[in-house]
Amino acid sequence: MSEQAKLFDLTLTEEQRITREMMKKFSEVQLRAISRDADEAGEAPEGFYNKTMELGLSLIPIPEEVGGAGIPRSPVSNMLNAEDLGKGDMSLALGAVTPLAFINTVIDNGTKEQQEAFLSPFIAEEFVPATIALMEPRATFEPSELQTSAVKEGDVYVINGVKSMVLLGDSAQQILVIAEENGTAAGYVVPAGTEGLGIENEKNMGLHAVNTSKVTLDNVKVPVINKLGSEEQPFDLERLLDLSRLGVCAMSLGCAEAMLEYVTEYVNERVAFGEPISHRQSVAFMVANIAIELEAMRLMVYRAASRAEQGLDFHREAYLAQVICAEKAMEIGNNGVQLLGGHGFIREHMVELWYRNLRSVGVLEGAACI
Amino acid sequence: MINLEISPGHQNLSNMINGMAKSMIRPLSRKYDIKEHEKAVELENLAKMMEKMGGGGLGGGDKKDKKEASGAPEIKNGMQMLGVIGAMEMCWACTGLTLAIPGMGLGNAAIDAVASDEQKERFGKVFAAMAITEPGTGSDSANVCTTAEADGDEWVINGEKIFVTDGGQCTHVVVWATLDKSVGKAAIKSFVVPKDAPGLEVVRLEKKMGIRASDTAAITFTNCRIPRDNILGDATIARTAEERKKAFGGVMQTFDNTRPAVGAMANGVARAALDMTREILEKEGVSLDYGKRRWNSSALQAEFYNMEADYEAARLLILKAAWLADNKTPNSKEASMCKAKSGRVGSYITLRCVEICSSLGYGEEYLLEKFARDSKILDIFEGTQQIQQLIVARHQLGLSSRELK
Ligand SMILES: Cc1cc2nc3c(=O)[nH]c(=O)nc-3n(C[C@H](O)[C@H](O)[C@H](O)COP(=O)(O)OP(=O)(O)OC[C@H]3O[C@@H](n4cnc5c(N)ncnc54)[C@H](O)[C@@H]3O)c2cc1C
Repeated sequence: MSEQAKLFDLTLTEEQRITREMMKKFSEVQLRAISRDADEAGEAPEGFYNKTMELGLSLIPIPEEVGGAGIPRSPVSNMLNAEDLGKGDMSLALGAVTPLAFINTVIDNGTKEQQEAFLSPFIAEEFVPATIALMEPRATFEPSELQTSAVKEGDVYVINGVKSMVLLGDSAQQILVIAEENGTAAGYVVPAGTEGLGIENEKNMGLHAVNTSKVTLDNVKVPVINKLGSEEQPFDLERLLDLSRLGVCAMSLGCAEAMLEYVTEYVNERVAFGEPISHRQSVAFMVANIAIELEAMRLMVYRAASRAEQGLDFHREAYLAQVICAEKAMEIGNNGVQLLGGHGFIREHMVELWYRNLRSVGVLEGAACI
Repeated sequence: MINLEISPGHQNLSNMINGMAKSMIRPLSRKYDIKEHEKAVELENLAKMMEKMGGGGLGGGDKKDKKEASGAPEIKNGMQMLGVIGAMEMCWACTGLTLAIPGMGLGNAAIDAVASDEQKERFGKVFAAMAITEPGTGSDSANVCTTAEADGDEWVINGEKIFVTDGGQCTHVVVWATLDKSVGKAAIKSFVVPKDAPGLEVVRLEKKMGIRASDTAAITFTNCRIPRDNILGDATIARTAEERKKAFGGVMQTFDNTRPAVGAMANGVARAALDMTREILEKEGVSLDYGKRRWNSSALQAEFYNMEADYEAARLLILKAAWLADNKTPNSKEASMCKAKSGRVGSYITLRCVEICSSLGYGEEYLLEKFARDSKILDIFEGTQQIQQLIVARHQLGLSSRELK
């Protein structure tokens, strides 16, 4: 790495700058514009995911041998993409990058043969849904203490358990189920339609536009080759968790930015007691604090992602990024609605949607692995 | 390229300062807290070492920038970055003593920021305190009542300044005074007043809750005479709105450098408290390894992680503000953002660590209680929490000081 690269620096590379422009435009035109309707409909509009293919998200990291672009994965660039898409709509952004999370995790943990087997479907021109199933429906869910189990029987693994908040579960062609075998977690690729696999749509407080499913695994059998992770190369659950946390956090940055812009304009226009409400400190200071905490969140996420990119240890940084984003995203959602008063509670304004979506930070695990 | 790690060069300096602070400052911390205003003679050597390293006071100067920039033509990590990193390490050891180190005064930062070359020559090596606050005006710094009147080749200064950090032991005071009270902001200028100027009197040293090692003085000026060329900046009073804004903006600009530095001080104390708390807890078998999800951790762990996240976030805001300054990018919003966040987080963390460590926190055997007393001032001077929020709000909302009071 050059000397320049080792300096503290927040300038984007030329490539990142150009990509950001494209992402932002897409985000505005293709996400924000349909955000409310998609939320109301409880799904992305017909053809939406195919449109996201123009961003090339999935293809980029797939090795050339498998037919992808083979461009080394950049957590920083992925994080910036997530931020920009999140500004348009968090739930649609989550849906759009869910296959990428699957792909990244297969690249991180799969052998050459496995990469070829599981990644070749993504070379298609259409959007190919695939997902990761990590969370389980328990308040005290802990990724290192999974209740979903995998047991080897001859040349198959038998998987049992229940997964929740599985993004795109209803359409995913492959589901990477994270399960424990004798206390060790690994990923198991379960193709759609496998016997014993049950998919049930969930309804959530927010993220309406993206499907999340409860996935039940009742003696689901997959060939042993479908297991990612071995004794020599154990499945790296911590890396999956950390990069997922950063992906979701990055989206919350975008959403919080949208909130900040919205309330800034609103409080300057709304008049009460003879002048814009922005002239009152208790209003203005709430806006100031949104700006301050958003910048704090952003720098935490950027730092963790840049450490990941440089190959430095980034577990602590990603953990703390999630802590601050979970806390402050909630606060920003809450204060954003408050700043609009009763109007903020009405679905005519976006703030209530962002309030609901922002609360997913700190809840979602294993999604949006960047 | 996005990278939020300290550069290797700065990291080396940071380690050096940390080593110095650990061995030379921390061991004296309790002693001079108890002795209150007594001069810490041990610090004199340290002051000399600091001066060799660049000095310039907290948030000071661009002196060495050219050297720092080697191999990095576009992006720079320079003196501002070094200033905040240094402040963090020093205040990790002891905030009170850091403020008491000769030559580290806030007045020095002002001189560095606005003095002419000739003045820098004259005042470059002095120990200068900063006197803005008066009994009747603090946050509202545009309202200072101390007057300066031209008389021949001298200025005559009259008024009372309070809460002057290092006012007791400094050699010079940078005094804010008005040339014409009726004109408002535009007539406020700053003057370098030597302590032995006739008519200057240190009337009192305050007794404080924290940073006791640092003296805080009340100083009166009674027909106090100084040479005409001791004024910092232009002596003319701006008459148009545009000029006025620029003129007062000039004196306020120092804050864009000193606020990140004071934020860094708060950040340093916060880390001191976290480090000590971690040490105590780990001795008692509490692991703080970011293992389980926050709400599956114990309340103690969860709170510790919250505090660390806030601490790290504040630190990054400070580094960003310094980075902008080093790269000559306007940073007044970021400077206030980082000070607001660091100030409140500093008080929160140090107070919480006292509670978490129970009797060990509240007692004087450890320094946790001292950190909690020291850190509070960092959310007050160089602009209170509220003043920082006000500045950020005006930037964010695009409002003038008349619209958002
Ligand atoms: C130990 C110590 C060292 C100091 N060192 C120096 C020094 O070296 N040089 C120097 O010049 N000064 C120094 N000060 C003074 C310090 O900068 C002031 O105390 C500070 O700026 C606040 O001013 P004040 O105390 O007059 O409080 P006030 O201005 O009276 O404020 C009281 C409260 O009102 C709030 N407030 C005021 N105006 C507004 C507003 N517009 N909107 C919202 N809230 C508002 C403040 O945030 C604060 O909470 C020092 C003070 C102390 C205690």
